[in-house]
Amino acid sequence: MTFEWIQVPYALATLFIILNYGLLMTAVVRKLAARVGGRPGIPVWQNYIDLVKNFALRSKINHGVMYYLGPVFRLSGGIGLILFVPTIYGSSWAQNFSFAGDLVLALYFIFFGTLGMALGAGESGHPHSAIGVSRGLAQVTTAELPMALAVYSLAIQYQTLSITEIVAAQQGGLFNWTLFTNPLAVVAAMFAFVGTMMRSPFDVVLAPQEIPIGPPTEYHSAYLALMQTNRAIFPIAKTIIYMNLFFGGAANWAEFAIKVFLLYMIPAVIGVVHPRFRVEQSIRFFLKWGLPVGILAILTV
Amino acid sequence: MKDVDDKFLKNLDRTVPLREELRPRKVTTPDGQEIEIEPLKDYFCEAAPKVHAKSYFPIVEDFYNWARANSLWILGFGTGCGAIEMRPLMTPRFDAYRYGIQWRPTPRQSNLLMISGYLSVKTLKRAIRAYEQMQGPKYVVGLGSCTINGGMYWDSYNTIKRLDQYLPVDLYIAGCMPRPEALLAGFMELKKLIKAGKCEGANKYAENFATYKANQKSVIKDWDMPDYNW
Ligand code: SF4
Repeated sequence: MTFEWIQVPYALATLFIILNYGLLMTAVVRKLAARVGGRPGIPVWQNYIDLVKNFALRSKINHGVMYYLGPVFRLSGGIGLILFVPTIYGSSWAQNFSFAGDLVLALYFIFFGTLGMALGAGESGHPHSAIGVSRGLAQVTTAELPMALAVYSLAIQYQTLSITEIVAAQQGGLFNWTLFTNPLAVVAAMFAFVGTMMRSPFDVVLAPQEIPIGPPTEYHSAYLALMQTNRAIFPIAKTIIYMNLFFGGAANWAEFAIKVFLLYMIPAVIGVVHPRFRVEQSIRFFLKWGLPVGILAILTV
Repeated sequence: MKDVDDKFLKNLDRTVPLREELRPRKVTTPDGQEIEIEPLKDYFCEAAPKVHAKSYFPIVEDFYNWARANSLWILGFGTGCGAIEMRPLMTPRFDAYRYGIQWRPTPRQSNLLMISGYLSVKTLKRAIRAYEQMQGPKYVVGLGSCTINGGMYWDSYNTIKRLDQYLPVDLYIAGCMPRPEALLAGFMELKKLIKAGKCEGANKYAENFATYKANQKSVIKDWDMPDYNW
């Protein structure tokens, strides 16, 4: 990887676009859920107002260093995911800092935020946070298993660990997409996708009606605003990875917007029509259905 | 705070014995260690609330107030019968979400405390704790005549009469009980007050802390927590 200074403002621009796209997307999804329930729902710009409000709160309480670092880790997980993955294939400025082994790094970053959160929520001292985090970690770990297997399957198929090369191999027509060349891996990965997007039926960890809101129980003001920012960025970053690995990547921003929108809508649409699973039910679901498909995907490449 | 009735204040010198579970003691952890715990110190903060200054530039403060008004997060804490009138606000018929009003499950993240009806002395204690855990600027809305003057519980032995003697109330919504339409109208009114910069309840609470505490302690007989417990 060659580094040039111009990449820094380019990467920041990409980040800015993705942040706004993410804030609008989350609002659109909430509006969708509201419309299904027959309500008008929140305005699409509500997320911006909430963000400003949380930054504008005058008082905040610190529970210690890890508590402070929790949201920071979480946000760096989201931003890191974007910065080390090529957003637009072939674009000179939205290439970001992708390099030969970025697939492994991406897998790591997906998990990084959750771990940081676990430390932070643990230090907040609230029992609900601690319970919420252990439930969350248990569920996310099993949900990520099929994804990890799918990624190995892809690495064997394309003989590379670079996302850019995987995208390059999928160019030149619809039927070159992994979706058609390795459907089992895609199915396995979609299990993980639906499972980790924190939408129903797998959102019991963060649901306000459950052990109150889980890990972020104690987070407020600017801490919460940081986590909200991440909640806008992170799902988009994850969707970008899925788009790159399985759906041919994107060659321009229009293609990016459409593909990410469609992919994002999969868990959203599943979410609005399904009630929540309990944690042990979702764990059983992923072990029973996701994991075998992932193993099959490895065996059949 | 002139309108506090001095005759209402009761004997403040009376000491209340600390509850068993709040006394300092030694406990043995599951792995055999012996540790000393002091619940009042470990679980509570004893620092008094501070008055927080507004932003230096009026235009910034106006912008912040606009954002605060359009993003009201309510603490889902129902005290009296009025709580039942809040639920319809989440349903398709009224849908308060379109006005930027949302419900949060934890006091840390909310900035609007709705006291929805009569407040028994026991609940007042919890309401105070919830209020003090919220982050400023924070607002209190009293719902129904019970919070204004005691309503039909005026001569009850166990409920408080005027809410604003105990917590700084920004707005009352009258009625027994107010319909969801009245609640929505009240929220709109609250938004106007916030945008005009008139909702400084958190600072008022900090400034008149002693008075508020005296009032609270005058009715809460088993005061067994520190004076301030964020
Ligand atoms: S004002 Fe009426 S409805 Fe509201 S709590 Fe009091 S008695 Fe109940």
